[in-house]
Parts: sequence; C-alpha cells; structure tokens
Amino acid sequence: MFHRESGVFKTTYSADMALYPLPIAKWTMIALAVIFVLIVPLAVHEYYLSILNLIFIAIVGALGLNILVGYTGQISIGHGAFMSVGAYTAANLAVKLGLPFWLTLPAGGLMAALIGVVVGMPSLRIKGLYLAIATLAGQLIIEWTINRVPAISGGAQASIEVDRPSLFGFAFNTQGRLYFFLLFFAVIAIIATLNLVRSRIGRAFVAVRDQDIAAEIIGINIYRYKLLAFAISSFYAGVCGVLYTYYFGIANYEQFQLIVSIDYLAMIIIGGLGSVLGTILGATFVTLLPIVIRIFMENVGSLFFTAVEMANVISGLRLGLFGALIIFFLIVEPEGLNRLWRNVRSYFRVWPFSY
Amino acid sequence: MSEDLEFFLALTLNGASIGLMYSLIALGFVLVYKATDAINFAQGEFVMLAGLIVAVSLSIEAMPLIVAIAIVIVVMIGFGFGFERVVLRPLLGRPVVAVIMATIGLAAVLRGLGPLIFGSETRAVSLPVGDDPIVLGPASLPPIQVVGAAVALLFFLAFSWFFKKSRMGVAMRAVADNQQVAQAMGINVERYFALAWAMAGIVSALGGVVWGAMLGVDVQLALVGLKVFPVVILGGLDSIGGALVGGLIIGIVESLAAGYLDPFVGGGTKDFAPYVLMILVLMIRPYGIFGRRQIERV
Repeated sequence: MFHRESGVFKTTYSADMALYPLPIAKWTMIALAVIFVLIVPLAVHEYYLSILNLIFIAIVGALGLNILVGYTGQISIGHGAFMSVGAYTAANLAVKLGLPFWLTLPAGGLMAALIGVVVGMPSLRIKGLYLAIATLAGQLIIEWTINRVPAISGGAQASIEVDRPSLFGFAFNTQGRLYFFLLFFAVIAIIATLNLVRSRIGRAFVAVRDQDIAAEIIGINIYRYKLLAFAISSFYAGVCGVLYTYYFGIANYEQFQLIVSIDYLAMIIIGGLGSVLGTILGATFVTLLPIVIRIFMENVGSLFFTAVEMANVISGLRLGLFGALIIFFLIVEPEGLNRLWRNVRSYFRVWPFSY
Repeated sequence: MSEDLEFFLALTLNGASIGLMYSLIALGFVLVYKATDAINFAQGEFVMLAGLIVAVSLSIEAMPLIVAIAIVIVVMIGFGFGFERVVLRPLLGRPVVAVIMATIGLAAVLRGLGPLIFGSETRAVSLPVGDDPIVLGPASLPPIQVVGAAVALLFFLAFSWFFKKSRMGVAMRAVADNQQVAQAMGINVERYFALAWAMAGIVSALGGVVWGAMLGVDVQLALVGLKVFPVVILGGLDSIGGALVGGLIIGIVESLAAGYLDPFVGGGTKDFAPYVLMILVLMIRPYGIFGRRQIERV
C-alpha cells in the first residue's frame, strides 16, 4: 500500500492476483495492524474513537454496495432498506429471544440477503434504469412495512432498544470497547471482499459488469451471479445495519431511509467504483464530511446563524455538498479517490529519478 | 344510486384529478427520457425548486400571479438548459448508471441547498381559485385539483400537437428514435437534448405552481417526485399518452386503496399501493402499457 517498487516484474497471473504484491506489503499490513489495534485505542480520545467506529460500520456497508455496483454493474437505491432489515431482525432476535450478537449478526445478514434477492429479482429481466427504479420501490415498500407493522418495528416509535453486545461476560459498552468489536468486523469485511473479488465468483461479477452477453457466452450463468451479487451485497448491508443497531443501542427506521442509500452510493462513487481501497477512502470521507462541516460551522457559522438555524444549515449543507461531490467526481474523476491515490503513488514510484 | 357506488365514484373522481396532476409531473420525466434516454431522478426536486421560486416571487409585494408564473418558467427553462449543458453533456456516452447518479446528486443538491437559500419554512402559494369545493356528481373536489387537472390536460394537448405537427417536435421524435440517423439528416442532436430539458423545466414550473398551491412549498414537496416512477413505469417510459393514462390509473388506484384498505391497516396505503403495482408491472410488462417493447433483456 505505501511501499515503492522500482518496476513491475510479475510474470504469472497468480503473482498479479496475490493479496500481497511484494513481501514488503505484508510488513505494511503488520504495521497498520499494530497502529490500529495497539496505538490508536490507547492514544486517541474516546470522541475520535466514536468517529472511527462510525467509519468502520460505513466501510462494511459500502463494501457490500461496491460489490454490487462497482464489481457487478447492477444498481441499488435500496441499500438503506436492506440495512434496516438486518437491524430489525437482529433487534427482534436479541430482545425477544435474548440471542447473543454472534447469532443475531449472521441472522440479520441472512435475512437482508433474502430480502435483497427478492428485490434484486427484477434484475433478471431488466437492467440499468429499470433496476434503479425497482430497487427504489423496494426501499419505499420496506420502509413502509417496517414503519407500519408493529410486530417488526416494536410499537409506536418504530424503534427497539437493544443491549450492547457482550462476549463471555465482557460487555462492549464503551466507545473504546466497541472500537475493537467494530474494527474486527470491518477487517473481516475487507479481507472477505479482497478475497471475493479475486476468486472465480469475483471474476464472474466483473465479466457480467463489463459485457453481460459475452459473459454468458463464455459460460457464466448471469442469472445466478446477479442474484448472488445481490445476496452478498445485501448480506453486508444487513450486517452493517446490525452493527449500527449495536453501536447506537437502538434500531430505528429513521437511520435507514432513502437518504442513507444515497449516502452509501456517494461513498462508493467518491471512493472509486470497483475498488476496495477506494471504498475505505470513500466511507472515511463521507463519514468525516458532516463532522468537518459541523466543526467548521460551529466556529465560523455562529457569527451568522442562531443555534436553531444552525441545525438546518448543517444538514442542508451536508446534503448539498454530497450531491455536488457526486456530480463532481462523476464528471472529473469517475474512478474516485482511489484513482487520485494511485496517481500519487505512480508519481512517487520512481521519484526522485523520474527518467 | 346506491351509497356504495357513490363512494366508489367519489373516490374514483378524486383519484383521477390527483392522477392528472401526477401525470403533469410525469410528463417532464417522459420528455427527457424520450429525447435523451436519460432518467431524471430529480424530477420531484425540479418541482420543488419551481414551487420555491414561485412562492418567493409571490411574497414580493404587489406581484401579479401571471408575472410570477412567467418568472418561474424562465428560470426553470434556464435551469434545465444549464443542467444539461454543465452536468449531463460531459457524461454523454458513459454508462447509464452515471447519468442516474448525476441526477440523484442534483436531487441532493437541490434538496439540501434549496431550503438554505429560500428558507426552510412552509410557504403558501395562493391561486385565485377560491376554497369552495367544486361538486361533480357524487364527488366534491378542491378547486386547486380541478385547476391542476385542467393544466395537465392542456399540456397534453399542447405536446400532442407539438410532437405531431411542429417541425421541432418531429425533429425531436427523430432524435428519440435514432440519434445517428437524425444527425445524418441534419438535425442538431445536442440542441434537441437541451430543448428536451428546457421543456421538462417548463412542465416542472407549472407542476411547482399547482402542487405548491395544493400542498404548500417546502422540502417535502420534492417527495411528489417519487410518485412519478409508478406513473411512468405503468404508462411506458417514453410515451406521452402513457404518462396521462398511467397518472390516471395510479391516482385512482391510490385513492381506492386509501378509501377501502385504510380502515383495515390504519392508514398510509396511499403511499404504498402505487409501488406494489409498479413492482408487478416491472415483473410482468416492464415496458408499460404504451412503451416501446425495446427493453434490453439479459
């Protein structure tokens, strides 16, 4: 990731697909692991840990969406709803049956995967804009159903409170403890995605994205792989929803509305479609943006606005900036932050002897 | 006439007039899709912007309604042109997902910055139509609905004429049919792309006026745009007549669902039934009632 190589010496495909392109990459990973597991949680204030926690959750959801949109070339405007499916499944299981997180988490993911497959079903017959509209309908129908059916939503406020997760009597009940909980799942999600996209399934996804007819001719069952992409992607979304639920201690459908689907699309477009590193960068960027806006407005904006106006101004600015950034990246740098990072790297690859 | 039948007719008429107002907004969507193959996820936000502009210009003292409407039409035409020119033209030839995302981005921009610039309070747009309901057989309709329905019908007549008879309309149909052939015949395709967005701007301007008058203008007005999708999927994405029929059907279905099902499920079916219908249409007949059967199957 941070290493510099003097050239490209790969002679086999397996060397090209390897997780660690050079031996030094392994050391970079170990260094990153030490930083994130040992140094950050000890050295950083709890408030910043809570922000990092949000980023970890966002990475899980955005990776899932990128598998679907970036790698398989389908589109989903319903990922917020898939997250809510995971969240409410886990919350109901945790509260009504008292199940621990290591059961509710996969259960939420699987339920979301099931719903995701159902919503993705139209992708077998239609694509592009029709699929976008179908998933939008899925989002609205799921939102409505959760909001209206008390058996799912747990009553008037449509929210269910859950206890923080605990393992062998150790409760993850502070931001510092949740940090390890969420870091673990973010790392699992990253490793799983990295391996998925270089496997047979991942290559089939890319083939479906690049040229579906050609993919079918070389023997890829595109129906199966499209549904598989929807299933995997919404599994990630479901897990992301469960993590949100445990993070906030409450499952609430307002955290999973249409706007959330758009936030996640913004993450992968700003970060870079079809790139794991880009997803991480995008998730970080989009999570930090409203926080930066808030800090900026609290310091500068208080000169112009009252406290009440400020909330509106911040949420409006946030939404407006998101939209503007989506459009900006689409036009100027369709490959997103990942491409910018690669540009910087390839500049420094032979620096300072660039001839 | 029995009471049940009267209830049914009242719901149907009410739904039909709302449905015509939906088709007014759907029309802007269809115009853009027909000519440029771009799908506009910001149609509701266009309507919201138009509503905001008309509400703000009406709040200036002694502003005659007709001038306010003229202002909003001019601004929306400019906005449509500008969006096509600045955002969509660089995206020509890119995957359809890119255009969808660009309009979603625009929707976010308008929804975020609109209230910042124009204020977030709900504004009223008062049209000189009075408040007394218009009695039409068993139904009594709010006058604004009747005005909205009439505006919608007027637009359909105008656009039907435009596409059948006028030189520009025929050229636009040629662009919609086959861009390369149209270009070979000497039609300036890019100009007609811009024109389509400008026309969507006009329709949205009027949509903003009537919907703003009915619901009041704030950021929630943009949600009307979500109803566009069932309408155009049902009617066919590229059919102007389809937008009319689709709007009528969705309006009536919505009204009947609200009338008959709401007592059982505790309200809200109105926002639910159109999407279920839409999913069914997508599964069975994705090109809609009048759409071209040219859906890319895979």
